[in-house]
Amino acid sequence: MIPEIGNFALITALCLALIQGIVPLIGAARYNTGLMAVAAPAARLQFLCLSVSFICLTWAFIAKDFSVLYVANNSNSLLPLQYRISAVWGSHEGSLLLWALILGGWTIAVSFFSKSLPINLSSRVLAVLGLVSVGFLLFLLTTSNPFIRLLPAAAEGNDLNPLLQDPGLILHPPMLYMGYVGLAVPFAFAIAALLQGRVDATWSRWSRPWTLVAWVFLTLGISLGSWWAYYELGWGGWWFWDPVENASFMPWLVATALLHSLAVTEQRNTFKSWTLLLSILGFSLSLLGTFLVRSGVLVSVHAFATDPTRGVFILAFLAVVIGGALTLFAWRAGDIISLGKFSALSRETLLLGNNVLLLTACATILIGTIYPIIYTALGAGSLSIGAPFFNFWFVLIMLPLVLLLGFGPFTHWRKDTVSRLGPKLIKTILFSALLTLAFVLFAFGPASFAVTLSIGLAVWVIASSFTLLKNRTQNDKNVLQRLRGVPLAFFGMLTAHIGVGIFIIGVTAVSVYEESETVRLAVGESYTLAKKRFQLTKLETVRGPNYKGQRATIDIYDGERLVSSQYPEKRFYHSSSQPMTEAGIDAGLFRDIYVSLGEALPDGAWAVRLNYKPYVRWIWLGTLLMALGGLLSALDRRYRKKPSPADTLQKGAV
Amino acid sequence: MKPRKQRMILVAVIFSGVILASSLVLLSLSENMMYFYSPTQVKKGEVPPEAVIRVGGLVVEGSVERDSNSLDVQFKLTDTVEIVSVAYRGILPDLFREGQGIVAIGKLNNDGAIRADTVLAKHDENYMPPEVADALKTAAEGGAFPMPETHNVN
Repeated sequence: MIPEIGNFALITALCLALIQGIVPLIGAARYNTGLMAVAAPAARLQFLCLSVSFICLTWAFIAKDFSVLYVANNSNSLLPLQYRISAVWGSHEGSLLLWALILGGWTIAVSFFSKSLPINLSSRVLAVLGLVSVGFLLFLLTTSNPFIRLLPAAAEGNDLNPLLQDPGLILHPPMLYMGYVGLAVPFAFAIAALLQGRVDATWSRWSRPWTLVAWVFLTLGISLGSWWAYYELGWGGWWFWDPVENASFMPWLVATALLHSLAVTEQRNTFKSWTLLLSILGFSLSLLGTFLVRSGVLVSVHAFATDPTRGVFILAFLAVVIGGALTLFAWRAGDIISLGKFSALSRETLLLGNNVLLLTACATILIGTIYPIIYTALGAGSLSIGAPFFNFWFVLIMLPLVLLLGFGPFTHWRKDTVSRLGPKLIKTILFSALLTLAFVLFAFGPASFAVTLSIGLAVWVIASSFTLLKNRTQNDKNVLQRLRGVPLAFFGMLTAHIGVGIFIIGVTAVSVYEESETVRLAVGESYTLAKKRFQLTKLETVRGPNYKGQRATIDIYDGERLVSSQYPEKRFYHSSSQPMTEAGIDAGLFRDIYVSLGEALPDGAWAVRLNYKPYVRWIWLGTLLMALGGLLSALDRRYRKKPSPADTLQKGAV
Repeated sequence: MKPRKQRMILVAVIFSGVILASSLVLLSLSENMMYFYSPTQVKKGEVPPEAVIRVGGLVVEGSVERDSNSLDVQFKLTDTVEIVSVAYRGILPDLFREGQGIVAIGKLNNDGAIRADTVLAKHDENYMPPEVADALKTAAEGGAFPMPETHNVN
């Protein structure tokens, strides 16, 4: 009965989404306030229905209702409660339902926070979100319904993929989806702006915090995924340029460009069409990403063959959303006039450079990701693109970006000169050079030109951010008071930029100075790597709720001193008989020591992977700082204040 | 007239820059392509020398041999028509098993065996973590699984 309620709620949500998507648009076109006012209550009711539906599915998992096909496929009576709950979004159907629920959540957030917006704008924004929801709910109901019954019911479920039975994976998909789906909000704002043919500073002030929050979630989601891959996949990689990762990284790059472009639109009333285009592009890529990953187009070309309706639906939906939005853009963008003029050296130019470089990086990744799919789809055979392609181009494109990043915040809007900037920055540049030299010489030992360059750029970004803060707070006796006067968004920018620097140091150090070895160890034997001695002291059998496994004790010595004891495991899950590797990690700010069990060898010894990873934590420390920066910016006071009469006047003028 | 000329030059510069950049990207793309070959194709001699390739197939039952002193391992791959040997050193993936579909990435030796740097095993769930997803993607791209005979890469 409960699953049927869930199904019914889902159908009701679709009806409400249709109302929310169509009625307010008609109202806005006819200036009918009554019709426009339908948007908010429809959105709230839709969210209520989606919540009911989601709770019903969760209930089916908690109650181990194996008469529901999706539950039987992805759960098991031995599965612990927290994983039975996270199994709700462990596979295709449930994760789409989560997607729809999160979209509903963003939509009601917009409906609650947009009360001070003109109703024709807010109702259009809600309507566009409603239409996106219609697409998703149709997809869910027609091709991927999670409530389909299995008759007769299965006696036992198939279990959740053991790789997903991990705390990191409970959080990773919802975070990532919050980001993906959050980009629907700036998209909806862009479409609404195009429909009314007007973009102004108020509009960007409304759109930017939503973009920031979505970007923060996307950043956290991608970082969580990378961190999870690092400790769970058992060999210490943190990024693979895998199509699934690229699918989440491309919207991130575009959203990053969008944040910066929105800043220009907000401050300078220019870059307007560009901002709109980026808003459309960001959400299009996140749709592409979700669908490519979820439909199995990327993961397995067979998904098209096994369920052609899914693939066809996906393509049609993508075509409608992207094609429709771009057509509207082509038709209306001419009406959106940018006012601000700027010279060749100005903050606008540098931010334009930022956008161009980020989009180039995104385009390169897109080519490398979809080329193999197109190649295979054409029946020409099969190929894949190696990671060196992505590494080479991404790093090459990021180098100038990071260089510009240090200069950007120092330049004036509109017009600036080298003679003004030079003296201001010369000290910081020299200081960065010296610090880099010291860092490279003392922290790493011999360094190549590439390492020096990349560490140098990272140090430059960090040093210039601190210089910026100093300039902002000097010339005043009371530094604290001065600090209080600095807007939160400014701190947000500094934090995020410093995060970029930290991230680059982490990536460079771990890529170049990592040491790793796969060795054969029997109990009592040891191996020396990175001046540490790794000794296998014990092997034992362990039992978990739904698995049993082998656990090794590996003692790590620095000279005679015991640094740490690690307990890597190899687990065998009962239901799927899949082995799983649980790594042992001794984490530290400056290095991780990472050991994992490979496979048992015939004579009782084990193949063991030993890794020494310098500065690997800085990767996630950097991304966390970026996310924190985004959050600080989103909390800035100027995004919370009501539009002033002056803004409204300005709107009329544009 | 002058600003217009300026703009023309700017457009020309940007245009040629884009052309140059995209041809460089495409060039390096082609250098990083790893084509998929079935054991049949390997036997037919279709694999260019020195090329890094991916070979996929089912691990022949009873063919896995571990060296007792090192981490060297040898096994045979089949697409049910032909068989090729694969030599590898290191840890085989968790999902590697006899009878299972896998993909080996490496080069073709003079003796007709594959010297693999990486071995990927197919995963049977549809939510894929990055590395495993790649494995499944590769396996599926190969089209050799689960029915190798239905897919012949030309």
